[in-house]
Amino acid sequence: MIKKKLTALGLAGVLALASGIASAGDPLRVGVEGAYPPFSWKEADGSLKGFDIDFAIEVCKRLNRECVLVEQEWDGMIPALLAKKFDTIIASMSITEERKKKIDFTIKYYNTPAKLVSKANPGFEGTADGLKGKRLGVQRATTHQCSAEKLYPGAELVLYGTQEEVWQDLASGRLDAQLSDSLQAYEGFLALDAGKGFDFLGDAIDDVECQGVGAGFAVRKQDSALRDALSQIILDIRADGTYKAMNDAYFAVDIYGG
Amino acid sequence: MAMAEQERTFFEYLVYISENHSPLDFMLVADHIDKFFFGTLLTLEITILSLFIGGVMAVPLAIARAYRTPWFNGPIWGFTYFFRGTPLLVQTYLVYYGLAQFDFVRESFLWGPILSNAWWCALITFSLNTAGYTTEFLRGAIENTPKGEIEAARACGMSQSRMMWRIVLPSAFRRALPAYSNEVIFMLHSSVVLSTITLQDILGVGRWLNGRYYLAYEGFVTAMVFYMVLVFFISTGFRLWEKHWLGHLRPRDIADA
Repeated sequence: MIKKKLTALGLAGVLALASGIASAGDPLRVGVEGAYPPFSWKEADGSLKGFDIDFAIEVCKRLNRECVLVEQEWDGMIPALLAKKFDTIIASMSITEERKKKIDFTIKYYNTPAKLVSKANPGFEGTADGLKGKRLGVQRATTHQCSAEKLYPGAELVLYGTQEEVWQDLASGRLDAQLSDSLQAYEGFLALDAGKGFDFLGDAIDDVECQGVGAGFAVRKQDSALRDALSQIILDIRADGTYKAMNDAYFAVDIYGG
Repeated sequence: MAMAEQERTFFEYLVYISENHSPLDFMLVADHIDKFFFGTLLTLEITILSLFIGGVMAVPLAIARAYRTPWFNGPIWGFTYFFRGTPLLVQTYLVYYGLAQFDFVRESFLWGPILSNAWWCALITFSLNTAGYTTEFLRGAIENTPKGEIEAARACGMSQSRMMWRIVLPSAFRRALPAYSNEVIFMLHSSVVLSTITLQDILGVGRWLNGRYYLAYEGFVTAMVFYMVLVFFISTGFRLWEKHWLGHLRPRDIADA
């Protein structure tokens, strides 16, 4: 019985391969993270919610393709895209030169600056000197890991798998500071009970080399048709007012940025 | 890349091949190999220390279990059942992230020097975990002491404690040695849990490298090689040790005798 099923599955797989490139009817498989509120998080019942998730669903609707959301741990996101576990990444991924060596990006769909967060009035400055010897938390494989190593070489870098773990350890006092997206920092930590007594440390960091030019959807390099279609959809969503509706469901300010 | 072939030094040529034509960017790994050696030090440090602490704890616990010591036997059984019955990853999370949730833990005198520190959290959890496993197989080895050895010890007039140190434990250690070599290797492999609580062990460095350059394999493959080399040394070491300690159990040629 099981064997039969497996054969059938195998056959379906072969057929799917034989039919070649994805047509309009095929589902669009979207890589998402699910541990980055309010952009994406997981409800207790296992369903995914958030700005990125809404965006993904809207994009599929406009492509007239069914959406398959594939959850992927952050540090395996790009390898999984290259291994064809999904067709595009919609997970607040910043468009950077380093990543462009491996994958391609659409135009940005939002752009918010990165900032340091620490206890309010921590007694040190958010500079290379001020952070010397301090424990600085970042999520692994992010633009913030890149910036932290570059801008604060004297800090003791502490790496985490998810941003939520960074917040936990900042709240419990294991970290002196952390570097992350300012909007996620506000919505996902500072505005919550857990973030009481904490504040931004200094202004937005200035590091285009690491931080890139906003967040876009990622696709494999050979999928330029999909990339262009997705870029056009982002423009459409921005132009026809859908963006504002999705934006306002989560944020008090327009996050499209300059 | 537009460089003509003859203008390239051999080193630049290696870098070019490594970046563009190799499944693994080995030059990138070579650039950061020092970090992997530091990771190895941390992996070994935690593994060896926890095996030592856990091993020292296991001896009295195993004796108490083997002789069904009243009052102690039950709680010790509960302790080993808990640590052998739950994954090390969950135990480590519980100590590292779990305890940090409670205000009274964060305000206690243990927080500053010990529990706020990932290194200590790992050492405590790993030590208790390996103590759980070691206790149980050491108990088995003690219980399997041949009756004749005990009778002989009694006949010589040894006291209970002298018999324990001179006869029972040395022979139990010998019988437990093969099982212990497995425990050491398991502990080394389990130590990858360190990288999930921010420590830069071998796997932690591998994940750092993957994260920094958005790679899939380089960090993992390098870490695998490091673990394999360590396991080679451990298993060779134990083989020699077994030869030395269990030599008297080897079948012998008549001619030798």
